[in-house]
This record gives sequence, structure tokens and C-alpha cells, in this order.
Amino acid sequence: MALLEVNDLHVEIDGKEILKGLNLAVNAGEVHAIMGPNGSGKSTLAYVLAGRADYTPTAGEVLFNGKNLFDMAPDERAAAGLFLAFQYPLEIPGVATMTFLRTALNAQRKKRGEAELSTPEFIKRVRELSGRLGIDQDMLRRAVNVGFSGGEKKRNEILQMALLEPRLAVLDETDSGLDIDALKIVADGVNNLRSPQRSFVVITHYQRLLSYIVPDIVHVLSGGRIVKTGGKELALELEARGYAEYQEEAAA
Amino acid sequence: MNAEVTPIKTAAETALAQAFAQARDRLPGDDAVAARRDAAFGVFAKEGLPHRRVEEWKYTDLRALMRDAKPLAAPPDAAAIAHAKSAGALLGDVETRRLVFVDGAFVPAISDLTGLEAGLTVGSLAQALAGGQPALAAHLGTLAPADNVAVALNTALMGDGAVIRVAAGSTVERPLHLLFVASEKPAASFVRSLIVVERGARAMVIESHEGPPGSDYQVNAAVELFVGDDAHVDHVKLIGEGAEALHVSTLAAAVGSRARFNSFSFVAGGAVVRNQLFLNFDGEGTVAAIRGASLLKRRQHADTTLVANHIAAGCQSREVFKTVLDDEAHGVFQGRIIVRRHAQKTDGKMMTQALLLSERAEADNKPELEIFADDVQCGHGATAGALDDDLKFYLMARGIPAAEAEALLIQAFLGEAIEGIEHAGLREALLDQVAAWLKARAK
Repeated sequence: MALLEVNDLHVEIDGKEILKGLNLAVNAGEVHAIMGPNGSGKSTLAYVLAGRADYTPTAGEVLFNGKNLFDMAPDERAAAGLFLAFQYPLEIPGVATMTFLRTALNAQRKKRGEAELSTPEFIKRVRELSGRLGIDQDMLRRAVNVGFSGGEKKRNEILQMALLEPRLAVLDETDSGLDIDALKIVADGVNNLRSPQRSFVVITHYQRLLSYIVPDIVHVLSGGRIVKTGGKELALELEARGYAEYQEEAAA
Repeated sequence: MNAEVTPIKTAAETALAQAFAQARDRLPGDDAVAARRDAAFGVFAKEGLPHRRVEEWKYTDLRALMRDAKPLAAPPDAAAIAHAKSAGALLGDVETRRLVFVDGAFVPAISDLTGLEAGLTVGSLAQALAGGQPALAAHLGTLAPADNVAVALNTALMGDGAVIRVAAGSTVERPLHLLFVASEKPAASFVRSLIVVERGARAMVIESHEGPPGSDYQVNAAVELFVGDDAHVDHVKLIGEGAEALHVSTLAAAVGSRARFNSFSFVAGGAVVRNQLFLNFDGEGTVAAIRGASLLKRRQHADTTLVANHIAAGCQSREVFKTVLDDEAHGVFQGRIIVRRHAQKTDGKMMTQALLLSERAEADNKPELEIFADDVQCGHGATAGALDDDLKFYLMARGIPAAEAEALLIQAFLGEAIEGIEHAGLREALLDQVAAWLKARAK
């Protein structure tokens, strides 16, 4: 059984159908890349998996670890092991980053019936992980993402992922707005977490990120459907030839 | 020609007139005080209870909200005093010098009057009035606006209160805690306090108000506060009245030169609350932070009315008021910064924000600037809105359940006002109060 199974998924936003019968199966330990032109539904897929309210599934199903994802609230999905790295991480004035991380981690542990982490243990974990991602202590003391640069926000997303240790991480254009150094740091952060139990869905517009996070499988999403699936070489092919042929295919 | 007459007509107005007539001769004070009471009652007799057509009371129609007037509270009995010993939980572990008032009457037996710091004098208003203290006469009634009907009623019916003096140059380390407790019996208390912090002195004064949840008692509390030149005063008001109570309170302060003055109002209790602050910046170079946080639910009505009056030049004032409203609560903020002609280089900024957790809650924000000087930096802002769904989703996407996510965002919203409190213990106590309110909400 695949860890994530998306069957004939249709999703609407404000009455407009964005995903039109999407199929996807991600096995444990696999890294899938989803590439596609703007407006193809990449972010919609990310949000609908995480459970954003205004994204309405109208047909099809998503099974996560065998359970119907749409029966679960966003926090339950997270506790079950689903993580979305946001394309545009939000700023939360007044909520200290450490408080946020700790509340999130302990809420998930509580829901899974695990004991909360003690304060020293928690601080040790965060220090260790943030050090590797080049996040300094001052950033952790500040409010979540407030005053962070674009690159810092993305690194903060990866820090959250590393701390929460999800089964499946969906990275929504995590490469956008990153310079090459930040891209490497983020990619290293992801690669460090790769394991036979953990899967990734890497959504990106460009091949560049995939040179650092090498996928097992590459999909082309266009017009709300997966129109082509291949190996990592497909990403290079897309980089060379563009999406034009797939857009025609989707429109046809 | 017809004279303009507002006939006394509501049940509450009639009851107040009767209460004054009956109590007039036994209320403390000499003839001069009695004359002042008569004059103040005259203001009420002429105006009646304020109503929606009186601009300052537009959103808090006291005539409609005050269905009756309770009889003046009798002196507290032994049971009420014993009960009051356990009051003051709002303050958590903060070490204070307690001055306890039960149903408006000072109770020395359960107050902490030993080992007063050098320069600190503490007494009761009833005694001071009865003793005809000249210092009292010089200050009392000079700050509170006489034409404000709530103040007028307070002046007419004031029975007791605290009289505190901090002598020039002295520092009172322990916060003074004026703890006002209502007993089980629904009654009305009119308390008036006078606090004089002289030149260069330093003190923190906390007033807290509480009472039983099921009693529709009434409190009218006023404080006149003199902050001398170079003095540093922190004032905190905690309104944690019982759920059925009517609470009207007034702070009237005159702040001297180069002073530091902070005031914080916390409103979490009471059915109807009107919290009035009238602040005069009389001396140059003062820095003031005036903040507040209100947490309202069910059908609570709470009104904060603030007038920051910059009379002297070169003062800085910051006003930050935050209100969280749930259910059918109604929050009102009226804030006015006045900059007089000679108050050049005034730096005044006011922000008021309401967070509505329910579609049936209502927030009225009325910020005003009245500027008569030409070289000033003043501004105000007002917002009212619901919780941000995107932020809530972001938190939930990290595994934080809906109620907890909302609580985090509400705490963050209030944080800006509460985090500014310098006293760490008090800040923690208030954050605990907020947490308790949120916990009760999540149930």
C-alpha cells in the first residue's frame, strides 16, 4: 500500500475546478517531484492535502497511510505525519518562534499519545537542528517569520519539518526566492531527512532544486492532471524543452 | 419661556435621589464637604443618568443599562470580612501591600498597615473627611471632571476610599494594592481615593475590583492621582467584577514635569463596565504609556473612555488598547488626545484594536485628535476584525488544534498591550488571567 494515494481527485476553488482527476501514488521512502507550468494546480494540490478550508474536493479520494485524508482536520493530518512547507510562510506577530515550535511539537505528540518533550530536551533539539540550517538563536527568539528574509522563512519551514519529523513532506516551491547558497542549505536539510520510511513530494517550477534533491519519480502536472510521469531525467528534459507540449496536451 | 428641565424619571434615578436624601446627613465630612456633595448631586439632578444622546455616553447608555439603583452598602459584617481575606487572586503571586475595602468600606483589620516604608502615608477617606484634613480639601475633587455624571454621583455619595501620600523623593518598593471586594448582598458602593505621589517619588498602585458572580451589585470608584515632577508612577486597574455587576470607575490624573507615568486597565469581569481615564499632562518632558486589555464574552458591555490632555510642551504619550470580544459582547473604546496651544513638540500616538471572535459581538472604536498646537507628532489608528483564517490554518497545519491555535493568536493580539508592563510578576499574572479566560472559552 502506498503511503499517499490520490485517486481521481477533483478540487474546486470558488466554484472553479482546478484539479480535474488527479492520480498519484507515493510509496514510503520515495521522493516525487511535481513540475508544471503556472496555474496547473500544483499549489492547489499542496493546500488540499494540508486541508485548507476554501479548497473543496468534489470527487475522488486521498488516502494517507490507508486513511481518508478528508475525514481529518488540518491538525489531525499533521499529527498523522503530513507536513506542508508553505510557498509563502506566514508571519505571526506576537507568537515567538520557540513557543510556536514547542506548541506544534507537543500538540502532535499529545495527539499520538506520546509524552511532551521537556524544556531542556526541546531546546537541545531545536539548537541542534537550527544550527545545521544556519538559523541563529536570535531568529528563534523573534516572532514567527516576522522580519525574516525570504530565505530565512524557507529555512524556518525546513526547521519545522526537521523538528516535526513527518512521514510525508510536501514542499511547495520551497526553491522560489532562494539564492544558490540558501538553496543548498534547504536541500541539505531535506536530504538529511531522507529515509526508507519518509516520503517527499517536491513541487517546483524549475529543475534547479532537483539537482540537489534528486527525485525518484518526476510528474508533469498540467491542466489539473498528471500528464506525464518519468524518472529524474524527465526534469532535465522539461528544463530543455519547456512545458509547451504538455499545455497543448492538457488543453486538447 | 420654557426652562430646560430633564425630569428625574427612571427607577434608578429616583432611587439614587432617595439614597442621597437619606444618606446625606450621615455621609462623612464637614459642612464644606456637604456643600460639595450637594453641588455634585445637583449636576446629577439636572442631567439625570447619561444616555445615548449625550455624546460621551453614546455607546454606553447608562439610563437604559442601569435598571435600578441598589441601596448604599451597609458596613460589612464579620462574614463578609472573613470572605474578603481570600480575595485578590487576580494578582497571582505578586507581593503587595494590601488595603482592603469591603463593599466600599476600608477594613484595617485585614489590610497590611505595618512597617510602612519611609515617606508613605496611608489612611481612609472616611476618616480623613471626618477629621477635616486641610491637605485633603486642597486636592479632593480638583482633578475629576465635575460635569461628568459618574464623577458627580461619586462625589455626592463617596463613603470611603484610600488616601495615600508618597513623600518627595521616597520610593515605595512594594506595590500598593487597593483591593475592592463586594460581598454577597447586592448593594451600591461609592469609593473615592486620593493618591499624591510627590516630586521625585516612586510608587506602583494597583486597584482591583471583584465580587460574587451571581450578585447584581454596583460599584462607582474614582481615583484622583497626583504625579509630581520627576516622579515615576505605575497605575494598574483590574476590573474582575462578578458577572452581574455594574462597574463605573474613573481615574483622574495630573502628571508633572519629566515624570514617568504608566497606566494599565484590564477588564475581564462585570456585566456593564465603564472605565474612564482623564489624564492631564501638566508639566514638560513627561513620558507616559497608557494601555489596556479587555476580554469580553456573553453579553458583557465594557466601555473605556480616555482623554489624554497635553497641556505642557514636550510630552510623549502612547495609548494602546486591545479588546477581545466573544459571543454577544459589546466593547467600546473612546479615546481622545488633546494637544493644547502651548503643548508644542507633543508626541502622542494612540492605537485601539478589537478582535471579534463571534459574528454577534460588537466593537465601537472612536479615536479622536484635537490639536491646537502647530508643531506636534500625533496619530491614531483603529482596527476591528476577526481572527486571520490563514494564520489559523498555518498553525493547524503544524498540528496545533483549532482551539489552541485561536488561543495562541488571541494571546499574540493582546501581547502588545500586556508585554509592555514592566513588573514581571504582574505581567505573568495577567497572562495567566488571559490563559484562564481562553481555557474557559475552549470548554
